[in-house]
Amino acid sequence: MTAETPVLQIEDLRVALPEGSDRPLALDRLSLEVKRGEIVCLVGESGSGKSLAAGAVMRLLPEPAVRMTGGRILLEGQDLAGLPEREMRRLRGNRMAMVFQEPMTALNPQKTVGWQIDEVLKLHTDLGRKARAERTLRMLEQVHIPDPRSAIHAYPHQVSGGQRQRVMIAMALAMDPRLIIADEPTTALDVTTQLQILRLIRELQEGHGSGVLFITHDFGVVAEIADRVAVLRRGELVEQGTADEVLNRPRHPYTRALIAAVPGLTPPAPRSFADAPVVLRADRMLKTFKARGGLLSGRREAVAAVDDVSFDLRRGETLGIVGESGSGKTTVSRCVTRLLDADGGRVELDGRDILNASGRELRAMRSKIQMVFQDPMASLNPRKRVVDLIAQGPIVHGTPPREARDQARELLRLVELSPAAAERYPHEFSGGQRQRIGIARALALEPKVIVADEPVSALDVSVQAQVLRLLADLRERLDLSLLFVTHDLRVAAQLCDRVAVMEKGRVVEMGVTADVFAEPQHEYTRKLLSSIPGRDWTPPDVRDNAA
Amino acid sequence: MSLADPTDLPPEERRWRVFWRRYRRNRAAVLGLILLGAVVLLALLAGIYEPVDPLRRAGEPLTWPFQTWQTPLGTDQLGRDILAGILHGARISLLIGVVATVISIAIGVVIGALAGYFGGWVDDVLMRITEAFQTVPSFVLLLALVAILGSSIENIVLAIGIVSWTAPARLARAEFMSLRKREFIDAVRNLGVGDAAIIFREILPNALPPVVVYASVIMALAILLESALAFLGLGDPNYASWGNMIGQGRAVLRTAWYVCAIPGIAIVLTVLSFSLLGEGLNEVLNPRQKK
Repeated sequence: MTAETPVLQIEDLRVALPEGSDRPLALDRLSLEVKRGEIVCLVGESGSGKSLAAGAVMRLLPEPAVRMTGGRILLEGQDLAGLPEREMRRLRGNRMAMVFQEPMTALNPQKTVGWQIDEVLKLHTDLGRKARAERTLRMLEQVHIPDPRSAIHAYPHQVSGGQRQRVMIAMALAMDPRLIIADEPTTALDVTTQLQILRLIRELQEGHGSGVLFITHDFGVVAEIADRVAVLRRGELVEQGTADEVLNRPRHPYTRALIAAVPGLTPPAPRSFADAPVVLRADRMLKTFKARGGLLSGRREAVAAVDDVSFDLRRGETLGIVGESGSGKTTVSRCVTRLLDADGGRVELDGRDILNASGRELRAMRSKIQMVFQDPMASLNPRKRVVDLIAQGPIVHGTPPREARDQARELLRLVELSPAAAERYPHEFSGGQRQRIGIARALALEPKVIVADEPVSALDVSVQAQVLRLLADLRERLDLSLLFVTHDLRVAAQLCDRVAVMEKGRVVEMGVTADVFAEPQHEYTRKLLSSIPGRDWTPPDVRDNAA
Repeated sequence: MSLADPTDLPPEERRWRVFWRRYRRNRAAVLGLILLGAVVLLALLAGIYEPVDPLRRAGEPLTWPFQTWQTPLGTDQLGRDILAGILHGARISLLIGVVATVISIAIGVVIGALAGYFGGWVDDVLMRITEAFQTVPSFVLLLALVAILGSSIENIVLAIGIVSWTAPARLARAEFMSLRKREFIDAVRNLGVGDAAIIFREILPNALPPVVVYASVIMALAILLESALAFLGLGDPNYASWGNMIGQGRAVLRTAWYVCAIPGIAIVLTVLSFSLLGEGLNEVLNPRQKK
């Protein structure tokens, strides 16, 4: 094997989609190379076909609906197309391996961590039991799992998300493969864990000299890890080059637009709200989740999801609540809207206590505080027309239906959707459009406060930018206060006047966004900020006239 | 350059056309629909073929089928026209299938919805009641009910409805339990919508598809239950039902088997049509199967 032969060559790859899809070819003449010891990032938005490219290489496409119709795939010069399934099985996990996005579903929940790594070795080596056990242990040590000896006997649900991903990587690396395909391996992880995993992939890849095809939608991650970058748009490769070229001097208009949409890390100039009245005040809010024990296991300990959280939100102001999963930020959003009942403390909306409001009072107060949810598909009833979804709130609160529907059509214009959208059903829209519908619904009641729970997390970056701009614009025009819950510090930096950083149910730091980002006081805040992928890369200003 | 044009919408397709396009893909389901259409046609023709009384004497007793034009499918031991019985029996079977199913689905959905939506002690109480019904074999319960209520056609339909609501109740409960945790329910709660409206206007339409699919199974079961009752002589003697015909033909089974076989075939085809229909509906309504 000469050093010049690339680990992976994809030539003119074409993958067909089933009839009736939005386009006939998922991938159209994709050509790509991964050399030894190189990390190639394949970047694209959802639906660009990037995961299908991985599937085609591993021959794990959902055939026959989606199938390869042309082109060649070479693994170290060997054409994979003609290989019988038996040979492919021998290659998978051995000379090429894959790391999936969601380690919880990619691991067998019934088997221990050690068993699953052992299985790979059993399939591809003639090692004895003892030798395999030793090698398994060594793999776990390599991926820096704390206490590997006990981790071997743990079941996937007993270890954290980051550890599970480490196990996946250990499995992928068990046979020292030439090619590793990582399909969004860090998307499901928190920022701090994400950074650790990215570093681990980099470290191991340097040690083993394998080639890595890294699939992602996140330009921050690209800036963190890529040697070379390939940008995919609706199945077509639009640009390819070194990381520096593509990130800092993108040529194709699509790449430029994508990079322009990446939120920068520079917060807006602070605005003063000292004179504005407080519209939402939380005072020593408390919420514990009592875990119901089993019949024999007895009571488990209660978990404090929100522990002594206080904040003020003034009119027109945006307060960001940032934190990792499990920090209690979503629970805060559910408690102030009383979708969950808090266990203690006070929440005042416009001077009135919402936590102790009676059923009728509460229903009346709800019109003042509205929510925008994370998943726009899940938060819209799929069986209602858009106009009915938006008009529902006002109708419940006593507006005549005809009037409410007319207002709903007006609101569609406000969120930049065509009035024709009114008669459609939610599934006919794209993610970003659905989120606009969700925003229109929240605005229909003319609330004073909007609680937005990760409103852009499920969206592609270009759409994300548009929705953020819309939110900022509406905030100005309607003098809204925003409680903005997010895990994404880049997004928080774009929109929030102040941020509250939460860790394990407590607010560890709260302050003006620019100050917190420039001089974080708490150790956890510093850790969060230093974990943002690609924090050293400032997206170039490419919104020039060429685009 | 714009990355996503908000006004760019895919062309709208009529709902029933999508429905039909998906349904059509399953050949067996189309066959079920044709069979069901045939049964409905039989029921419609009953009044034209035999406008007076299907139970009157129409010819020589025990005439074999295809012997005379008077009674194309022959006669039973009392000289009653079998074809007339089949036609009028189709009316009874469809009536029982539809009404009993509506009753059982109505009871089941309400109980399942309340149990699934509220959870806690409401769920506990309702589910214990459901289990009490489930532990008694449904046919035994049906016999008991008919023995108590009397075997008029109304009572039989009601009794069939009462013994078969447990399965749809469990189905509806499971659907409600998963749907009430969905974000769109939080979203409408946040708009200030009350519980009753959430249950019936928001969750129910989303929970119905699996229940509708199951309804076709209940229809088939209801027809079978009625036939079984009639076979045991507990049917309503004033109506020509297929079960009654089989029950009475039993006496001459060895010499004139066609008296039992013809209504038997009718029952088989009708039940088959409902289960094929259910399979087709499942394919159409199952949200996991797109396109």
